[in-house]
Amino acid sequence: MDFFGGINPVILIATLMASAVPILLAALGEAVVERSGVLNLGVEGMMIIGALGGFVVAVETGSPVIGFFGGAVAGALLSLIFATLTQVFLANQVATGLALTLFGLGVSSLGGQGYNGIKPPATGQLLPDALADLPVVGPILFGHDWVVYFSIAMTAVLWWVLKSTRVGLIIRAVGESHEAAHALGYKVNRIRLMCIAFGGAMAGMGGAYISLARVPQWVDGITAGAGWIALAIVVFASWKPWRVLIGAYLFGGITVLQLNLQVAGSGIPVEYLSMAPYLITILVLVIMSAGRKANGAPAALGQNFHASR
Amino acid sequence: MLRLEKRPTPSKFWLYATPPVAVILTMIAGGILFALMGTNPFEVIRTIFWDPLFGEFAFYLRGQLLVKAGPLILIAIGLALGFRAGIWNIGAEGQYIIGAIFGAAVGLAVFPTESRWIFPVMIVAGAFGGWVWAMIPAILKTRFNTNEILVSLMLVYVAETILAKASTGFLKNPEGMGFPGSRNFSSYPAAQNAFLYEPLGLHWGGVAALVTAVLAYILLTRHQAGFQIRLAGQAPRAARFHGVSPARLVVLCMGLSGALAGLAGMFEVTGPAGQISIDFNTGYGFTAIIVAFLGRLNPLGIVLAGFILALTYVGGEMASTSLGLPDAAIQVFQGMLLFFLLAVDVLTNYRFRLAVGAH
Repeated sequence: MDFFGGINPVILIATLMASAVPILLAALGEAVVERSGVLNLGVEGMMIIGALGGFVVAVETGSPVIGFFGGAVAGALLSLIFATLTQVFLANQVATGLALTLFGLGVSSLGGQGYNGIKPPATGQLLPDALADLPVVGPILFGHDWVVYFSIAMTAVLWWVLKSTRVGLIIRAVGESHEAAHALGYKVNRIRLMCIAFGGAMAGMGGAYISLARVPQWVDGITAGAGWIALAIVVFASWKPWRVLIGAYLFGGITVLQLNLQVAGSGIPVEYLSMAPYLITILVLVIMSAGRKANGAPAALGQNFHASR
Repeated sequence: MLRLEKRPTPSKFWLYATPPVAVILTMIAGGILFALMGTNPFEVIRTIFWDPLFGEFAFYLRGQLLVKAGPLILIAIGLALGFRAGIWNIGAEGQYIIGAIFGAAVGLAVFPTESRWIFPVMIVAGAFGGWVWAMIPAILKTRFNTNEILVSLMLVYVAETILAKASTGFLKNPEGMGFPGSRNFSSYPAAQNAFLYEPLGLHWGGVAALVTAVLAYILLTRHQAGFQIRLAGQAPRAARFHGVSPARLVVLCMGLSGALAGLAGMFEVTGPAGQISIDFNTGYGFTAIIVAFLGRLNPLGIVLAGFILALTYVGGEMASTSLGLPDAAIQVFQGMLLFFLLAVDVLTNYRFRLAVGAH
């Protein structure tokens, strides 16, 4: 079952599901934020703060599960800065998001000193080996840690919440027409603030998965653009949770394949392989944006709301 | 309860008061941060903001200010033109890298020829390199409606891998005994961006930054294109009725900012940096975003803002060597500055009113 010089497709699929988790979680969170009409470009900053927060909490408590929650809390706390600036002080969302990323990168680099070279407690496989060792389906369906299943479950939950619950309807109303939502009596800025905090928690948890499971250790600048790729995947997915999952898995697949080709020595220079994920993201953005005017973006995306009455 | 009320017209006072207020608030918040890290906040703030100007080593550090401020100003002016029109080029870091590679490649290609035409051609090549790199998101935006923020940012990572390839491969010094990095321009006078006046840290990059600031100011206040940029940012619909083509504006703004970032990279690699190396880029392209906002997207304001951010770099280095302050603390400090700036900016367009009674 080998092709591409020793790359096993079963292992490839199993690995891509794990490697997609950080961007999947972050992109799901950002999809909710953008559905509520807010463009938070600080995903990269929230992810790296989550990566550090999760790592520190996991190392200090010895529990990776508490670590993941630590990452989520760290990401949410950072996102509250963005929420305060854009929802209370009505600052420009693009500029504030960029500031969040710059600040997050700085804080993580500052706070991460002294955590280099430490191994975090391992996040192990969730299900027993008897299942995971089954041929083909074992590694793909049963061989993962709990966060992989959590990320898929979150996709389903968010799809259901956005599509068929009252909460989802309110979030979409706020994102499509904040004036109308306000006239109906909804607290536009408060709802958005909660969405932003949720997005921060998801990004933080995604970041924590990088430092606790993918790498796993603390390195400066560990997210390496994952937050920006998550933003691109939200556009790719037309703000729909299941498409976010597909986008994240496609991207995870490309990343894994690229790494495998590097190891396998395919003759393509390493530099060109490592720029492939970014080039493919651009290509996908072009394909998704071409020909369509707004491609389903929430109507109020990026606009601040100030209740004059 | 305090509530916000929209001002009938933006406040002139807060337009100018916002940057200094933000700097002071950042000093206070930064001081608290430095104190938490176990350093004396007053000493750190003095080391960053006072010593480079008037301290013991000021005779040397003052020169360093323009060296750092030059690229920041050059990049920020280009970015500000776009930001004013609502065009978000945030990949200046990548354009800076590609400009440096183009400029350096031209110089290294003709090594060791001596001619006074080499350096001017390298300047053109540097600007061209940055322009090309910025044209990718610009054309994708105008042709396919692709988000320029994401594309320009992705291209930073691509540029970084090209830089790695350049310093270990196609621009590597053949006499470098296998070490990564290109030939050093300090040993190639015809292609070197030497200091014109060392005590002030003035090289051609600094000259270009100051000239560009004046030209950009004239463009924005006196020229049709500048009017179109401002109109497109403030009233996109009105701009379209006025006959402003959004696509042409994207190409113009992205192209200008890319060319300026490329120039900055070219002056840096042939001057202060000296050679193409893997860690050649130091984040000027991102810090320039802060400079652009601190300067209120106004070219003359950006010159001032460039010097303030340069102060945090130079002073930060001082604080790091003499007081052991981590380099990352300065990055946090710069990020905070942008936060405070954006927060205080609310006062330009809104005022706080005490809401009397039940609303």
